[in-house]
Amino acid sequence: MALLQHGALQPNNWRFVGDDAAIPAEGPVTVSLKRWQAESEVLRGRNAPIGVRLKNDEPALALGEDVHRLSLIEVEFPKFTDGRAFSQARILRDKLGYEGELRAVGTILRDQYLFMTRCGIDSVELPEGKAIDGYLAALKEFSAWYQPASDGRPTVMELRHPANANARRGAAPIVTASVAAHSA
Amino acid sequence: MAMASQMITANRLLDGAVVYFTAGKSWSPNFTDGAVWPDKESADAALIESKESVKARIVVEPYLFDVAVTEAGPKPTSARERIRADHKPTFEPDQGSWTGQISG
Amino acid sequence: MYRYDEFDATIVRERVEQFRGQVTRRLAGELTEDQFRPLRLKNGLYLQLHAYMLRIAVPYGVLNSKQMRKLAHIARRYDRGFGHFTTRQNIQFNWPQLGDVPDILQHLAEVEMHAIQTSGNCIRNVTADQFAGVAADEIEDPRIWAEIVRQWSTFHPEFSYLPRKFKIAVTGAPDDRAAVRVHDIGLRIVQNEAGETGFEVWVGGGLGRTPIIGVAIRKFLPKEHLLSYLEAILRTYNLLGRRDNIYKARIKILVQATGGEKFGQMVEEEWEKIKDGPLHLPQAEIDRIHRYFAPPAYEALPDVDPAFETAKLENPDFARWARVNLVKHKVPGYAIVNASLKPEGGAPGDASADQMDLLADLADKFSLGEVRVTHHQNIVFPNVRKRDLFALWQRLKSARLATSNLGFISDIIACPGLDYCNLANARSIPVAQRLSRHFSDPRKLDEIGDLRLNISGCINACGHHHVGHIGILGVDKQGQEFYQVTVGGSSKDDASLGKIVGAAFSEDDIVPAIDTIINTYLANRTDRSERFLDYVRRAGVDPFKEALYGPAPARRTAAE
Ligand code: SF4
Repeated sequence: MALLQHGALQPNNWRFVGDDAAIPAEGPVTVSLKRWQAESEVLRGRNAPIGVRLKNDEPALALGEDVHRLSLIEVEFPKFTDGRAFSQARILRDKLGYEGELRAVGTILRDQYLFMTRCGIDSVELPEGKAIDGYLAALKEFSAWYQPASDGRPTVMELRHPANANARRGAAPIVTASVAAHSA
Repeated sequence: MAMASQMITANRLLDGAVVYFTAGKSWSPNFTDGAVWPDKESADAALIESKESVKARIVVEPYLFDVAVTEAGPKPTSARERIRADHKPTFEPDQGSWTGQISG
Repeated sequence: MYRYDEFDATIVRERVEQFRGQVTRRLAGELTEDQFRPLRLKNGLYLQLHAYMLRIAVPYGVLNSKQMRKLAHIARRYDRGFGHFTTRQNIQFNWPQLGDVPDILQHLAEVEMHAIQTSGNCIRNVTADQFAGVAADEIEDPRIWAEIVRQWSTFHPEFSYLPRKFKIAVTGAPDDRAAVRVHDIGLRIVQNEAGETGFEVWVGGGLGRTPIIGVAIRKFLPKEHLLSYLEAILRTYNLLGRRDNIYKARIKILVQATGGEKFGQMVEEEWEKIKDGPLHLPQAEIDRIHRYFAPPAYEALPDVDPAFETAKLENPDFARWARVNLVKHKVPGYAIVNASLKPEGGAPGDASADQMDLLADLADKFSLGEVRVTHHQNIVFPNVRKRDLFALWQRLKSARLATSNLGFISDIIACPGLDYCNLANARSIPVAQRLSRHFSDPRKLDEIGDLRLNISGCINACGHHHVGHIGILGVDKQGQEFYQVTVGGSSKDDASLGKIVGAAFSEDDIVPAIDTIINTYLANRTDRSERFLDYVRRAGVDPFKEALYGPAPARRTAAE
């Protein structure tokens, strides 16, 4: 699988390691939440970036402060009609203040890509060689946003009432540098 | 109970119109043009064939339905397929507000 | 009414182009039907029995004359000259071609309309009291809040792939005309002890396969917190609602499984964390939207209009219509007019293009340019001077729009049923037509009194049969149409679900069965003041069972 990130298809050097498989000595890996919770000491002792793949029915909040020790969190879209990961992504960004890479894996349709970026997802896994023009075009399909999300884009309401917006943004969700770059 | 005879129907992609799979492997809006398969094997095989037209973007979701073969020809056994075969609602235009004829 | 600013217009315009692209990709084979279906549904496009069907949003039921004329134009140019007003205050066209839909949407965008989120597993078009802003009993205008919710829910990135569809209704009056207790979320504007207005929040109501009356999880929500509270509910639902079984995926199942109180706590917990964030509603925005719904410049009129009184005396048909189809307006000298889309023998909720044009003209002439669509599938002129009523009635009558049956047994709610709908078990419209002909005598209607009869063609309950005083549900028995009857439902403040009277009736037996039910009621009520619903609540279903299927012992024997 390749990665769509920063507007281009990139090689993916991360590997998901199943719960029963041995953790390789080198290279960035993601593990399940369960494994992370059981073996986080060991995993952190490795000299390589570590990530967690959240299952759809696992509470993102369970990661707590650990998010700051992770370089990657993956959320799953097992079928494109299953939208739980949109909420998980927002909880990771807005509640836990996660600033690292947030990646969508599974079935990623171009028609959902914009919503994913709005929820704070900044990379998506796509089949090798997938044409990405449609995905990039999808990000430009809209230019105004009714609701605040995790991407820091100014909402229609903020644009209508600039004075009020500045006051409220103090309490606004954390916007990560990568998300901000994405929405620029 | 003996297996009923079956026909294949679908909706046309462009306008959603009801169409029937014919013996010549094409689609017709006329119920009477539709081919009748007398047993499960031939019906299932024809259904697989008919699905080529899904890939060709001619129709959407072909499926089999039961017909009773009478002297006057095949008749759908369900109310649903009787109504579909008519291409229009069952009530009269002057009683509701629907108007217009169905074109093929 | 609300008018788009540049942002609203941009979003709708961009949606048209996005959908045009999706249709192009479908026709070019870049999208399979499985991939396209959820995309087209999010834009209200179904593939039905005979053709595609496009459902267009009428936000909380409000239409201006220009919009109504546009609907008439679409009906003529792209459809077969008519449309169907639905129980969710929307309009459906039954015969559009796939390739034409983007153009239809473009026409709609020109008059600030769209088909956004009229179907699919997302937050649907918000509904509200059809008499909003003009009803005499109103605490506050619900349209302001419906519009705020409409904007927040439009293309919500987090809540566009929910477990199932999600319906929100708002009412601003103690008399609940928006059926808030049978919605996924129902909002009632209420007043607290300090005299402030806020929302009572109901969650987890709904009809369909498992009809449930919702639970009030909050007695009073300050208005500025509306959006954060909705977001907390939706987030909880999006994460925890079932996705393994389509029949258990609505929020009502989650609320029942969790327990109303516990569910409320979960929502409150989530809400605490977000309530002071960017969803907090600025007063400036509330004020901005409020201004669009400022009352029009009403004339100072005496409440009693002599011409109106005289016309009633001189014309008994008009007097009857005025008695049945008018609702009290909050301003003296004005009336709220209900134009019935249930003529004798008609298809409930259908209107022809000519009728739509006429409704638009009459709105301009008599009702400050505005009409409403009701969830009873009728049309409302919200602002008519009493002195204009007679003229309006004459024009309506000429177009079969003046049937005097509002709230009577022939004011039937009916879904499209098996004449159009791909999911149907049985036809609804022909049953409604036969019933409306059977119960057409005005004296008979008066004698029966207040009676709501609702028909759904399948368990999805688009015709709200569970909350009809009499409900008819189409069921399938080996490919043939049958009809199950319930009695005792209500969607009002005393919301209740109907109880099944017994075995389903065939197409031929359904009208006589309803007749028997009515006769049973008429023969046994204490007097006229005991409405049908009151009688069912007092006597239960047994008298109906007996009348329909014979005395209890006989029934037992027959079953053996
Ligand atoms: S109730 Fe059933 S038959 Fe009627 S419109 Fe809804 S889905 Fe179709």
